[in-house]
Amino acid sequence: MKKLALSITAAIGLLLSAGAATAAEGVEIPERDWSFQGFFGTYDRGALQRGFQVYDQVCSSCHSLRFVAFRNLSDLGYDDAEIRAIASKYSVEDGPDENGEMFMRDAEASDKFPPPFANEEAARAANGGAYPPDLSLMAKARPAGPDYIYALLTGYTEAPEDVELMSGMYYNEYFSGHQIAMAPPLSNGIVEYADGTEPTVSQMSADISEFLMWAAEPKLEDRKQMGVKVILFLLVFTGLVYAAKRKLWAKLH
Amino acid sequence: MSGLKTNNRVIKWFDHRLPVFSYVNEHLVDYPAPRNLNYMWNFGSLAGIALVIMIATGLLLAMQYTPHVDHAFDSVERIMRDVNFGWLIRYIHMNGASFFFIVVYLHMFRGLYYGSYKAPREILWGLGVIILLLMMGTAFMGYVLPWGQMSYWGATVITNLFSAIPLVGDSIVSWLWGGFSVDNPTLNRFFGLHYLLPFVIAAVVFLHLWALHRFGSNNPLGIDAKGPQDKIPFHPYYTVKDMFGLGIFLILFALFIFYAPNYMGHPDNYIEADPLVTPAHIVPEWYFLPFYAMLRAITFDISIPFTGIVLIDAKLGGVLTMFGSILLLFFLPWLDSSPVRSSRFRPLHKQFFWVLVVACLVLGYVGAKPPEQPWVTIGQIATAYYFAHFLIILPLLGRLERPKPLPASISDPVLKSDGSGASQAKPMEKA
Repeated sequence: MKKLALSITAAIGLLLSAGAATAAEGVEIPERDWSFQGFFGTYDRGALQRGFQVYDQVCSSCHSLRFVAFRNLSDLGYDDAEIRAIASKYSVEDGPDENGEMFMRDAEASDKFPPPFANEEAARAANGGAYPPDLSLMAKARPAGPDYIYALLTGYTEAPEDVELMSGMYYNEYFSGHQIAMAPPLSNGIVEYADGTEPTVSQMSADISEFLMWAAEPKLEDRKQMGVKVILFLLVFTGLVYAAKRKLWAKLH
Repeated sequence: MSGLKTNNRVIKWFDHRLPVFSYVNEHLVDYPAPRNLNYMWNFGSLAGIALVIMIATGLLLAMQYTPHVDHAFDSVERIMRDVNFGWLIRYIHMNGASFFFIVVYLHMFRGLYYGSYKAPREILWGLGVIILLLMMGTAFMGYVLPWGQMSYWGATVITNLFSAIPLVGDSIVSWLWGGFSVDNPTLNRFFGLHYLLPFVIAAVVFLHLWALHRFGSNNPLGIDAKGPQDKIPFHPYYTVKDMFGLGIFLILFALFIFYAPNYMGHPDNYIEADPLVTPAHIVPEWYFLPFYAMLRAITFDISIPFTGIVLIDAKLGGVLTMFGSILLLFFLPWLDSSPVRSSRFRPLHKQFFWVLVVACLVLGYVGAKPPEQPWVTIGQIATAYYFAHFLIILPLLGRLERPKPLPASISDPVLKSDGSGASQAKPMEKA
């Protein structure tokens, strides 16, 4: 057993040495508490719906969400009619029709969120040369994920005196290099929340971070719930096997 | 060996014509194993199980994955979102690679500590090194398949290493790529090879077991079994012990799959590959970090003194160092000149073994750091130690070290654990 403990320690040591790779880069991102953390973590449906409102009314004018389909919004607690209503506000290109022409139609539940720009060049042209990245995986594509998104959205400040901002750039404490092409997207009251929550920048930033975590990891709740069952089973299984092992080996000692 | 005992006439009939039942009985049931194996001997069977898990989940992933530069990233996201339990299968496969390396590295360090590579097990050890090389190739190519930023740039950096070969290097790189950069042909062949190599590994594992069962397992005392009293049948003793080890392994594995599935990955790999944007730090997966540190440790050209003629430039030197660190292991059975296997009876080797472990961990840590001071120097010192351990320290230790007396037999210290076994120990003789 001593050797086993030793090997486990060694394994964990190896793991930690690997984890240091991402932890040491850039500015320290403040940690926040999220409802989806921990063994029993789940998404807060209210926060998800509010976060979706922020995406829908603010982010979606520049950022695509290409891996998420309208039907996925049922995870947020919307029913079929609500999803159809949300989808119908977006239009998607379809076709070709019987004349060989492409045409625009209202989006349906089965469609993915359509991108706001036809292509990367169009997006850059409309955004002063910068390309607003797709947000579907943003919460997994940055170290510290949702904490980073929250930090970035609330991290706009006046540039320190010794920093000369390039034209069209904004100062952000948490962005790599501190100069970001995205204008501060949120301001108090920019979204009117359906549930009456007060739309402060901090509240909206937290909600959109939670929404984007869901967009990046929609199976998180299934995963954590299955994990509890699997690990409980394995604990019982391992305990029984250990008892069997003790009993069998008792004859030898 | 008493052979297969059964009253089932069908099994008897079949076994007479194709003795698979006898074979299984001989190698997994009655197979005599030393009675004193400790928990460090669990990692061999765990590595075998990890291989099976990887092949099974990999097969399922291959059914939904599309090896094309325009579709690979999207097909992986489709697996994560729309395929039933796709997220589970992919997270098992992703973390399975890390756990496979964890158990294999522990398995190898066990072999180093207890001298399992020594006569008559040199071929067994060499086959193990071949398995490690195949695993590294398979893992590297597998990491390219999701076609994220780290996939693409990792593939670019590693394939470019071959350009360090004098004269033909650039041609070899184009040949590996199937073009003039890492592109669709590269992804396609990596997928093909990633699917093929695990079966090659399985074949070498079979040879590894064949070689193992020729003389049986080494044991913590490192002495040969003197008779049947030193051995116990594999089943039920080691089947139940391996099963317990498997339970512990699966608990740790499940903790990562279900609660930290991306902990050992890199966030950049959730950004689709973009040949025009280079990530700030290109880092390999953790299990390659020690080797990556050795690759980057050679920051200087090796030239003929006073002439300025460069024999080996820094890049080639790094590549040779990295590959050399593994090829060296093939020669380990002949570099270690001590006739005593187990470090329990080698007081100096025991200490140097732990220094080697620390050097490897330091190399892993340095490999994750950007190539800046003080990491470069630390990496160089650790690299130098790694090579010195095998090329200088081990050959010298066999001559300088005075081993402790070996016990007379395996069953002696096991059955008489009150210490009386030691009184029967006689001084080690040259084997």
